[in-house]
Amino acid sequence: MPKLYDYVLSGSCYKVRLLLNMLGIAYETQAVDFFPGREHKRPEFLALNPLGQLPVFEDAGLVLRDAQAILCHLASSYDASGQWLPRDVRFGSVMMWLSFAGGELMAISGARMIAMLNYPGDLATLQAKARTALRLLDDHLADRAQAGGLWIVGATPTIADIASFPYVALSHDAGIGHEDYPAINLWQRQVRKLPGFVGMPGVPGYF
Amino acid sequence: MSLTDDRAALDQWYTLGALQDFPDGAEVHSRLLGEDLTVRRLADGVEVRAAGRALPVRTEYGHLWTSFGTPERNLFELPESREPDRRWIHCGPVRVRASGLRLVENFLDLAHFPYVHTDILGSEAHPEVAKYEVEQRRDVDELWATKCEFYQPKAAAASDEGQISKYMYRVVSPFNVMLYKTPPTAPDRWDVIALFVQPVDEAVSVANAFMLVIDDTSTDAELSAFQQMIFVQDKIVLENQRPSLLPLQPGRETPTRADLSSVLYRRWLKEKQLRFGTEPRTDLPNA
Repeated sequence: MPKLYDYVLSGSCYKVRLLLNMLGIAYETQAVDFFPGREHKRPEFLALNPLGQLPVFEDAGLVLRDAQAILCHLASSYDASGQWLPRDVRFGSVMMWLSFAGGELMAISGARMIAMLNYPGDLATLQAKARTALRLLDDHLADRAQAGGLWIVGATPTIADIASFPYVALSHDAGIGHEDYPAINLWQRQVRKLPGFVGMPGVPGYF
Repeated sequence: MSLTDDRAALDQWYTLGALQDFPDGAEVHSRLLGEDLTVRRLADGVEVRAAGRALPVRTEYGHLWTSFGTPERNLFELPESREPDRRWIHCGPVRVRASGLRLVENFLDLAHFPYVHTDILGSEAHPEVAKYEVEQRRDVDELWATKCEFYQPKAAAASDEGQISKYMYRVVSPFNVMLYKTPPTAPDRWDVIALFVQPVDEAVSVANAFMLVIDDTSTDAELSAFQQMIFVQDKIVLENQRPSLLPLQPGRETPTRADLSSVLYRRWLKEKQLRFGTEPRTDLPNA
């Protein structure tokens, strides 16, 4: 059975849990004591992922790190419809927004660790970067809505939506509310309505 | 903001976190009741200083404790900490933008289980809070809620099935609280789950969850993840609660029968004339 090395408060692990659930894939988890234990920096975990980061996903002999790469693997191996990672003109755009989700949007994750778990770092700088990324996504989604689109790329949800949703939804933990991002709010509601959607601590189902 | 002048708040013991988070030789900056602190772990103990003066220090139960004032009592008793088969799990400090008193009150509440901890500590099909008992134990100055029972689909990390969990709650000081709960694997004993709140500013707190549990099967990571999951489900509710300071003025919030422990807690805070983390009152003379 596929195995997710998981931390319950990690937005990146949540990306993988979301798609696993939406695709109905059975999997097991192994809890990693990311905080306060810093188990992801211990030798046993570094043997799995020398970058010392979560998530890690094992599937039929493959050991994968990086949430975006794992989403690509899941879509490629388990989604017969091809909807989540389309192999047509949409492919490049999905990849572009996946990079954004694993790049610029991760400023929210950094700010969240400082604000919530007292990690060292410059909170104001990361919050400013996070707001810039959210502005860009909100503008994009507003353009999409103008054209009648609900999703980041194309007419169906893709892994670009799944990769972007967790840290957007968790931004309140980083001290950033959603009141300035109306197009993001509309899009979040669409994501929450998808079959197989699950929440996580900080992303409650009752919204 | 600077150090509060609230005598009732100053004369209490507060945790600054788990001792393991203060490495030898390193200077750690912290904050309590509106005042900055420095903590230094030395070969022969721990030094806590604020505004040039050394504060009293205690190191019980794996935590660092200090006070700005002169607490009337010693630190509370925790006999379970001497039982050799208990696992000590530090769940790590989590910062919450809310009054520490709101955190304690939320910890005492059973009624939110089905809605905030859905299918874990409660289920929407079983929302009823059965009658329980509360008392103020004046000899030790603690509040207790006993004979609490609740149906829980997944009461703990080691649960395979739902159970009726028995609970007791114990408030040992305005910002320190613990609960005793039936472990899935040892129905004749009590797990202890404590919430030690470090009130940083009036509406900013650091929550230190700490467990002394009976569990032979779960890993430390599983035990800690379970408690963090529960607490962070509460965090978003606490941060959106208004007012973020606890109101003690009559009529500001209306309790129901399920809120018996909250009623007693608020009465006790009033009796102590505690102000830090409470909403300013307009119904008192000379307020």
